[in-house]
Amino acid sequence: MPTSFELTPSLMREIIMDHYSSPAHKGKPTEDGYLKIHTDSVNCIDDFDVYVKVDGDKVVDAKWDGVACTISSSSTDILCEQVIGLDFKKAHYMIEQYLNMIEEKPYDASVLDEALVFVNTGKQAARIHCATMGWNAMDELLNEEEKK
Amino acid sequence: MFRNHIQMQGKPLIWLDNASTTFKPDCVREAVDFYYTNETSNSHRGDYDLCAAVDKKINETRETVAAFINCKPNEVVFTSGTTNSLNLVAFGYGAKYLTKDDEILLTEAEHASNVLPWYKVHEMTGATIKFIPLDEEGRLTPENLRKTITNKTKIVSVAMVTNVLGYIAPIKELAKICHEFGALVVCDGAQSVPHLRTDVQDLDCDFLAFSGHKLCGPTGIGVLYGKFPLLCKMEPFMTGGGMNAKFDLCGDVAYLEPPLRFEAGTQNIEGILGLKAAIDYINKLGIDNIEAYEAELKRYAVSELEKTGNAIIYNAHSEAGIVTFNIKDVFAQDAATFLNSRGIACRSGQHCAKILINFLKTVATVRASFYFYTTKEDIDALVDAVKHGKEFLDAYFI
Repeated sequence: MPTSFELTPSLMREIIMDHYSSPAHKGKPTEDGYLKIHTDSVNCIDDFDVYVKVDGDKVVDAKWDGVACTISSSSTDILCEQVIGLDFKKAHYMIEQYLNMIEEKPYDASVLDEALVFVNTGKQAARIHCATMGWNAMDELLNEEEKK
Repeated sequence: MFRNHIQMQGKPLIWLDNASTTFKPDCVREAVDFYYTNETSNSHRGDYDLCAAVDKKINETRETVAAFINCKPNEVVFTSGTTNSLNLVAFGYGAKYLTKDDEILLTEAEHASNVLPWYKVHEMTGATIKFIPLDEEGRLTPENLRKTITNKTKIVSVAMVTNVLGYIAPIKELAKICHEFGALVVCDGAQSVPHLRTDVQDLDCDFLAFSGHKLCGPTGIGVLYGKFPLLCKMEPFMTGGGMNAKFDLCGDVAYLEPPLRFEAGTQNIEGILGLKAAIDYINKLGIDNIEAYEAELKRYAVSELEKTGNAIIYNAHSEAGIVTFNIKDVFAQDAATFLNSRGIACRSGQHCAKILINFLKTVATVRASFYFYTTKEDIDALVDAVKHGKEFLDAYFI
């Protein structure tokens, strides 16, 4: 079982709506020490920043803030939730598996947990960018940090 | 004719994005195909029959366009579209003649293509850009133009029909005021020329820009109309073949007279020929019939959407066939995805009018826009979707 619970369509909807209407990781960091990256979209209103705080090779906090549609809000919020506590290698692996899932390629579901709710994004091609922009931004942010 | 011969999301396509582009009648596709099948050759380039035939057809298109908007054929410049046309006025006239003491007037409802070229003119000349306030509904009124215009105003560049709100601007009255102050009127006709009668002499506008693809023509072809004396004063912003009369090693150059002066390089010949077929088609239907039918569709759509109790409409009283709305409690792009899942193509976002959000006080909207082939059944499908807006995540699960 890839998740700790059974993902029914109604539960998947509930998870998406929950992270959209009450995002747990939305907001600018109030302390110093966060790395920031901006991401936006030509096709959608999405326009937000992704923040991450690292300690050594480990993500200790992740946040996002800005304007975003349901899919980009909730996918980025779930990303923040799940990336906290991972080392860079595991974080990159999770992001890679998520992007594979969205692109309808083979993927390792065991590391995706709640992010599996976006498995159907490919049905709405115009929203693929919304579902991946936060994740791509985080990947780039971690890459930049690793290069330092 | 017309419809993309596909289904969208396994459902019949309901095309409500006509402000973005329009379907092509068979006669347009055939005109383009005929050129490549039978007449491939360049214009102004050869002494043989094929080339002469193409030249003749291009001249006929100029005459067709001129009759369509009531100007002279030598006042019709072919461009790649409205954006190209507006840039040509901005760079060819604005950048050449404006100075730091001059003013350019726009409105908050303008499309990016009628804002950003003027921002460039501001950068290049120091001329000031001012915005004519819209009234509480979003209209551009002669009264507000009078309040804003000064003796320093040299250019007033406005849409005849705005692409988000769909109000018809009273260009004739506006032009009269502008001319009293010695300012020129540039008209963005992208959303008006395909939908309502345009008589540039009656309007007395100085320039008019429009696109072929929004009136059933091919993409990549458009028109700039300019009063001939103004075109003669304008600088070409592209130079090259087909627009010069002679040049020599000393750098002396003589340009051709307008409109050819502004048509450097090989033109979009298939586009020009397709544009003629499109205008002939529109003329057969009758532009006044199109305007009246779209106004009826607009009233029907507003009334049906209001009945759902689930739509916020931002332009219920505008005249053109554009309804800008949101589904209650659903973000605009999520609404558009939901409509997509039902086979309905609507535009969401800021519709290239990014400064209008200050006026609308919402970050994004959904826009449904109609044309003569839109049916009440198409609108009924939209209304039914809006009724079920709360189920927008169905787009991903059903």
